[in-house]
Amino acid sequence: MGKRLCEDLQLVPSFPLERGLDFPLECGLDFPWSAALTNDRLDQLRGAAKAKRHNARTIAALTGNPGCSRRAVLDAAGVDKLGLADRLGFPGSFGQSRFALSRGNAFEAMLKADDCALLRSVLGADDAVGYQDLNADSLGDRHARTVRVLTDAQAALIDHPLLTLDVAGQTVYLEPDLVAYAHHGRLQVVEIKSFAIVDDQAESAKVSAAAVQAAVYVLALRELLERLGQDPALVSHEVVLVCPENFSLNPKAVVLDVRKQLSTLRRQLSRLSSVTALIEALPEGVSFDLALDPEQLITALRHIEPRYAPECLSACELSVYCRHEATGGTAALGRTVREALGGIETVTEVLDLAAGRREPSEEQTEAAALLRAALRLRTEALAATS
Amino acid sequence: MSTLTALARAQAVAAGRAQPIATVRHLHVHDHPLVLIPIAMAGEANAPLAAMIGTEPASPRLLVVRQPRNRDDRFAFFADLAEELLPYLESFATETEEVPVDRGKDVRLRYLDAPQIWLPNPAGVDFLRLLGRSTRFRTVDGEHPVPAGVPLLGRWLTYLAGSAEVPGSSLLLTAVQALTLHWATGQSSAEDAQLGALLAWIESGAAAAREAENGPVAGPATDPDFDNRVLAPLIERSAPELPEVLRELLLPTWDRMWRTLNLLRRLPAGERVRLRWDSDRDAYTAFAEYVAEGGAPQPRRDGAVAAAARLQRLESAAARYAVQRAFDDPLVLAEYRLSGAAFAGVVTLANPNRVDDRGKRPVLRPRIMVHTTEPVRMEPGTSLTSPARTAQKARVVSVAPAGDGFDVLLELSGGMGRKLVAEPGSVPEVGERLVLTTLSEAYRPGGSLPDPSDTPWTHGGPPEPATDPSDATDLSAAAD
Ligand code: SF4
Repeated sequence: MGKRLCEDLQLVPSFPLERGLDFPLECGLDFPWSAALTNDRLDQLRGAAKAKRHNARTIAALTGNPGCSRRAVLDAAGVDKLGLADRLGFPGSFGQSRFALSRGNAFEAMLKADDCALLRSVLGADDAVGYQDLNADSLGDRHARTVRVLTDAQAALIDHPLLTLDVAGQTVYLEPDLVAYAHHGRLQVVEIKSFAIVDDQAESAKVSAAAVQAAVYVLALRELLERLGQDPALVSHEVVLVCPENFSLNPKAVVLDVRKQLSTLRRQLSRLSSVTALIEALPEGVSFDLALDPEQLITALRHIEPRYAPECLSACELSVYCRHEATGGTAALGRTVREALGGIETVTEVLDLAAGRREPSEEQTEAAALLRAALRLRTEALAATS
Repeated sequence: MSTLTALARAQAVAAGRAQPIATVRHLHVHDHPLVLIPIAMAGEANAPLAAMIGTEPASPRLLVVRQPRNRDDRFAFFADLAEELLPYLESFATETEEVPVDRGKDVRLRYLDAPQIWLPNPAGVDFLRLLGRSTRFRTVDGEHPVPAGVPLLGRWLTYLAGSAEVPGSSLLLTAVQALTLHWATGQSSAEDAQLGALLAWIESGAAAAREAENGPVAGPATDPDFDNRVLAPLIERSAPELPEVLRELLLPTWDRMWRTLNLLRRLPAGERVRLRWDSDRDAYTAFAEYVAEGGAPQPRRDGAVAAAARLQRLESAAARYAVQRAFDDPLVLAEYRLSGAAFAGVVTLANPNRVDDRGKRPVLRPRIMVHTTEPVRMEPGTSLTSPARTAQKARVVSVAPAGDGFDVLLELSGGMGRKLVAEPGSVPEVGERLVLTTLSEAYRPGGSLPDPSDTPWTHGGPPEPATDPSDATDLSAAAD
């Protein structure tokens, strides 16, 4: 069991998403990518490499910067962004510590040992609640079984269901990292995390990341029920987070209301510019095949607009490259800095407007006046003391 | 982010060097600080891996947990840390001074000095807070005894982490926050969180900062890559060279910590920094006494009254700190001028001996006219203060457009002596340049709170004594 759990926690998919799977479509799922044009085009964009698979984490990250077309296209095509960044000479580090992995595994294994005895007790589920692990099945089987099990589950813990989600016109599989808990006719998402809850408090960044990920699962489960003609509201917006308590490995379950995350997620997913349109607009021959020269790859990247922000540094594998490209822009300094500078695009423009070397455009007038006053005050205060 | 600081960031981009955003130092830098760099074991709930600690740049002491998941190793580390930290913390509880209280009717004692601990970054403070939480409830006897000094270490760490939340306190400081308070870099604040890159922006420039990004981290989190490639194999085979590897990892940060201190020492201290250090010494005195009297560990969570009182203290400290920084530093005050909460001008008329005799007793109420070219957003009746004469109030009588700006008529009270004639120099003279602001150092009393033992049941009732039965055994459970 330990080894399998280990795979689940990895960021790297344990099996590739490949085109042309003999996928059972009997449940009426809709796969937009089967449109021949886009499909071939995606392969071409990606080159010979196998496609990277989405998981709740990458979708959460995707919505973290919904305005970025570059990321949307690369992710849709399953391009290995880490490899791409490496090839461009701007490697990022997005590894996960072995120590963190092994603790996470140990915690999860402990919860699921003896037919999930501990997990049951922390959830307050009785022994009549069955446990089904869908992990062992092949991809196609797994999704079919997920659908079957979820539709007639009355009281069960369903581990590793395979879910899908529509992201910017693309259906993506979610790396299953959750337990769906069916009880009293409702479905609840259970997320097991290995960060500690100390005195009922946990690191807020980790909790909010877990909440967004859980919201991705809730959304995917709801979409699934909807496709099956069932009531999506059967999936609870209250998710259960199971974490080690204090400085022990004793589990503690807390309920998170993810309604806010759900609506943000829905809004941001709907705002994600249609990837299909973006891809179709790309000139013939654009490719991110990692076998290409770095210069060719850079030329290809220039065709898709980025939207770099410092948040990218912790969320996107391409960030060191995009940061380099964004040098000299105020956006690279962070949203609040850019806003404080009146939304002016580049540092040069800011300094020229502040020094009065440049005529402001109509909509820059107000910002320019503020910048001029700021420069005057700054110079005055610094001159008085030096 | 104020526009002034944002502009400094833009200038830093163009210059390729960090730019000053303060003209004076806004924190106390101790002559004998203690530097502490904690490193955590990834994945564990707040398990230490190592720490570099000391008061001499040339002789850091390295503490290492050779098997981070072994309970005994971990507590031996805590004992070592206590051995380094406690003598330092207690060394200032010696000489005292008398501070008058109750309008001079009484005195209380205050230690002449207090400790000052420097960490690389705020994440280190969080780490210490949790270390405090995991050690302060331990006992040196009973079922799971811990080495002497460990429970006391826990109380001190908890106290220090709490003091770091008080705006303007200098008992526990971080290099990252201290540097970003005085310099703006040409990168985002997210990138500033990395001490190596931040310091490089100040010392050498943009290119060196990029270089430093790939260097060793300042903790407490380690680099996952380092964990997987270097650390894991060493720990697995209990390699004897582990301390040496960790020393190499930590030395660059150790060096940067002392360079940070030197940079800050070169700035002249703000006038009111002293006052805040006085408060720090008061706070230290109170806690050192509490500990000396065998004080119980701080509760797991504050009770309702204690939490409300703490919030009130933090809010008033924040207000005081903001005002004092502005009064100490024209560059900080400039931010208020930009936002319309202050303006600078020149005195054009002065009537220093004007007496208002409409009331029961005649009072000295000089009036001055100040001409300014800056926008004035204050209504008549608003009370203003000039950082040059903080004991004096200037009430806005009228604001009238004049020439390229405004004429502001002000009526002065206070800070001019007790007679009906103003003390020389206490009323601004014609030609003097003034900055006037709505900021005020005046004491703002907080609301009164009940005694904790009278906490109403609606707020949870009186707090329970601080014990922690919930995890009396947990560390041993996590040990394997
Ligand atoms: S790093 Fe680049 S590709 Fe990734 S989200 Fe940011 S701008 Fe888009």
